[in-house]
Amino acid sequence: MVRNRSMGVVAVLAASALGLAACGQSSGDGGEGGAIELTIAQNAIAGGKNAAAADHIASWVIPKFEEAQKAKGKDVTVKFVPSGVDDEQYKTKLSLDLKSGKGADVIDIDGIWAGEFAEAGYIKPLAEVAGPEAESWEGWQQIPEAVQGLATYNGKKYALPVGTDGRVLYFNKTLFQKAGLPADWQPVSWQEVLDAGEKLKSSGVPVPIQINAGTAMGEATTMQGVLPLLAGAGGEVQVDGKWTGAAQPLKDVLGLYQKVYGGSGLGDPKLQQEAKGRDKSFQQFAEGKVGILLEGDYFWRGVVNPKTGVAPMADREEVVGYAKIPAIEPGKGIRGQDFVSMSGGALRTLNPNSKHPKEAFELLAFTLSADALKEETKDGNVRITPRTDVNKEILAGEPLLTYISDEVLPLTAYRPPVAVYPQVSVALQEATPAVAGGTAADQAPADYQKKLEGIVGGAANVAS
Amino acid sequence: MTRFVAGRIGFYTLVALLLAFFTIPLLWLASAPFTSNPTYEVRVPDFTWENFQIILDHPYALGSLVNSLILAIGTAVLVVVMSALAAYALSRVRLPGRDALLYALLLLSSIITGTAAMVPLFQLAIELGLIDSHTGLILIMTGGLLPAAIFMIKDFMDTTPKSYEESARVFGASPLQIVRHVVVPVVRPGLATIAVWTIANVWGNFLMPYLLLSDVEKQPAAVIMYTLYTEGGQANLKVLSTFGLLYSVPVVLMYLFVSKKYGFRFHGGIKR
Amino acid sequence: MAQQTSPPDTKALDESPARGYSSDAAGLGRLRAGAFVAPALALIAVFLVFPALWVIYLGLMNYRLTGIAAAEPQFVGLDNYLKALSDPGFWNSTVLTFQFVLGSAVIGQVVLGFTLAWLMRNRRGTLKSVVEGVVILAWILPSAVVAFLWVALLDRDSGTLNALLGIPGFAWLLDYPMLSIILFNTWRGTAFSMMLYGAALGNVPPSHLESARLAGASGWQQLRDVVFPHIRGHILTNLLLISLWTFNDFGPFLLTAGGPENKTEILAVYVYKTALQAGDLGYGAAISTIILLINLVVAIFYLRLLRRKG
Repeated sequence: MVRNRSMGVVAVLAASALGLAACGQSSGDGGEGGAIELTIAQNAIAGGKNAAAADHIASWVIPKFEEAQKAKGKDVTVKFVPSGVDDEQYKTKLSLDLKSGKGADVIDIDGIWAGEFAEAGYIKPLAEVAGPEAESWEGWQQIPEAVQGLATYNGKKYALPVGTDGRVLYFNKTLFQKAGLPADWQPVSWQEVLDAGEKLKSSGVPVPIQINAGTAMGEATTMQGVLPLLAGAGGEVQVDGKWTGAAQPLKDVLGLYQKVYGGSGLGDPKLQQEAKGRDKSFQQFAEGKVGILLEGDYFWRGVVNPKTGVAPMADREEVVGYAKIPAIEPGKGIRGQDFVSMSGGALRTLNPNSKHPKEAFELLAFTLSADALKEETKDGNVRITPRTDVNKEILAGEPLLTYISDEVLPLTAYRPPVAVYPQVSVALQEATPAVAGGTAADQAPADYQKKLEGIVGGAANVAS
Repeated sequence: MTRFVAGRIGFYTLVALLLAFFTIPLLWLASAPFTSNPTYEVRVPDFTWENFQIILDHPYALGSLVNSLILAIGTAVLVVVMSALAAYALSRVRLPGRDALLYALLLLSSIITGTAAMVPLFQLAIELGLIDSHTGLILIMTGGLLPAAIFMIKDFMDTTPKSYEESARVFGASPLQIVRHVVVPVVRPGLATIAVWTIANVWGNFLMPYLLLSDVEKQPAAVIMYTLYTEGGQANLKVLSTFGLLYSVPVVLMYLFVSKKYGFRFHGGIKR
Repeated sequence: MAQQTSPPDTKALDESPARGYSSDAAGLGRLRAGAFVAPALALIAVFLVFPALWVIYLGLMNYRLTGIAAAEPQFVGLDNYLKALSDPGFWNSTVLTFQFVLGSAVIGQVVLGFTLAWLMRNRRGTLKSVVEGVVILAWILPSAVVAFLWVALLDRDSGTLNALLGIPGFAWLLDYPMLSIILFNTWRGTAFSMMLYGAALGNVPPSHLESARLAGASGWQQLRDVVFPHIRGHILTNLLLISLWTFNDFGPFLLTAGGPENKTEILAVYVYKTALQAGDLGYGAAISTIILLINLVVAIFYLRLLRRKG
């Protein structure tokens, strides 16, 4: 009796705690009786990360799409599932959701994840999920071959590309003028970049050159450092399924890092080690302390943007110059190019577990229609869309984005979209501070090759 | 006399140093939210309310604080009630293998609060239908915190004298009545400590709430805090510092409340 | 075994065999005691033991977050463990973790926590409230906020500390990364030890201290001969818990991201990088299991150490 009573009290206490907890719960999906409910997920959230994209979905895509479906006699409601976290965390969450047969119907992923998601069975070729409409989508004709490649894995299209970007050398024209360098600077070799750095240094610029290095910057070191330089030295991280080991191009890249960070005073090695080093490099550029900086177009749109940037520069248009990234010497870049760049881009795809794949694809295609992209990119949110028809129109007033779209994208290269890439990327990042920290420039490539062999499953998969 | 004075000086110097050590890091939180363009530098603020206006207009900021409250209080209630009962029983009756069990659970709890447990916990939540629900999250967080809570409270109960319980028993009180009316009042400061410890733990937890709650309307402040970065991962200090302050206030208020009401501190029972 | 593993029990156990239900003062009996424990144990079984065993099992798989190994994970036996033992990164993290635990928990939090409790033991009023208040504030603030506070404190260019000391440009987090995170974690966690020792000191009979003082014992002798024997059990509890928590503490990641050059990549950070950033869940689970084993050894070490001294 006593025992029962005590159990009862515990149960009541526990239940009241749970009841309190349950207050925050709402009921699940109420879509019944012909109504179709779709969800769309992005790593974007109102009031936070990528807020403009989230607002566009909520205020334009959803009402317009529901309206269009209603006109066709379908009752479709769309719900946006926002997120606003680190890419790795977003990726983890998506993977766990997709593995368990959950997740939104339409999801955004980074282009670089396509291979590993496909291999895991988390995403499937669009035609398999949505039917032949996916192949005959009108937008494909507007998307350049290279950008389509972002969404392609093993010859099949797994997603629609959401956009792309490109990397250039930014420079501070005011500092250049003081150092006696031209405002229309365009180096044609690495040596010319180093020479400019020397001149900036002697004119008193605290950080003449900023090329991301080290593991603290994460993927920014790989994408805005090692890989564009590697392309400039004529190398690629993976060629025909074989990973590049301690070959000459990598040695050249690490040699350049050593010239910048190994005591020459051309770069600030401490900045590369700080957890918030990249933020700081942006801040310092905005304050006129950095001469040359290798970054993507995000830097122009989101960092030094006078209105919405995190390190705004009121005189961005006058002060910030940009130039293509040169090959080590003219004609020595990949494919024999004089100039190089690297690009990435997001993808938008379907959840293979979607209950309404046809409608989900319609929603997916709708978000990348010319109208939707024009709407999304107005009011200062211009970015390079995947569609040439849209780009022609929206990039007109944006000199840098036009420059990247016209001059840089034809030269650019992409990362290999395979599952082990993130680990290879970390190994590349680790090689860079080793050089700056004094490890002989030929030891670091050998160390990298050893690590690489461990990552990609043995020496057989590595070419040196 | 001089020795006394020297002792006083030494005492106050030491206290001043310790106070400085614990206070100086807090200064940024007192200045940045009220500064127009905050950086990492602690400056005298220009007392702007603009940053707070941004947070007030934020679609999820205030709601996320409510969610944090639900999660923190729900977990704290469960942890305190369950650990008090369990610790009392374990303290007064020697169940076989009691201490070994307690140590084993304590060690296992360290695994479960780490990153590696995210997949099992996620799939467990899916199987039990607890995904996207505050209840599920509360149960999971309670499970992780219970062993340490039991361990701490048992330590308390072990040092409280048993004579009151014996007298209560002589007067015919049931074990549960004894716990409520005799034991709980004695160890109440300890329970308060556990409650605040639990609240602080839940309040700062980011990864599990993010993974288990898809609906942004249900996500706690810890998750929303992480969304206040730009697409390139740069910290927006204007909103981060301000939201950081607002995010800290409830947990401080809860501490003050518990501290005032229950004499929040380890008390160690009645002096003998 | 019971009386050996939990020193605070000793008193109860000394009394219990002789005096019937003196230890079971409320007349609980084993059955009702079981009912009291059952709800907690049930919850722990489902939400702690089961997933924890699952983690240990995952440690034997080559399971990954994505890629082929996510679709068809293979049983690989002890491969993950062998990989860890031959990975210099793992050993680096293990050594760093021991430095971190020793510096911030065993030395930092225990010494500072005890010092604060000792200084405040006979005080009342504002000074005590203020001191305890700020120490506890450091403990309860959310870690995401605390990370910003410490970046602002230790920043190279505009940090408060450099401004106060007049040494602009001094890179604490780069040149003294381990010292920085040890100070950080000491600041963060001292409150718990302070409260625990505060309670323990309250239990030391003032009469004992008085007689020791009359006998001419110095402050240090009083501590050693009177105070320490009384609070030994609390020291054990304190050491066990804060070491365990510090071993699994992920907080420094927010300050240094494991850098520079992995100099603050303690095991919890190593697991985060392996499991979440690299998606290598099987390996991450194996490392977690190894951390568990290390914690077990540390716990046994503490138990033996404090028992022998008694």
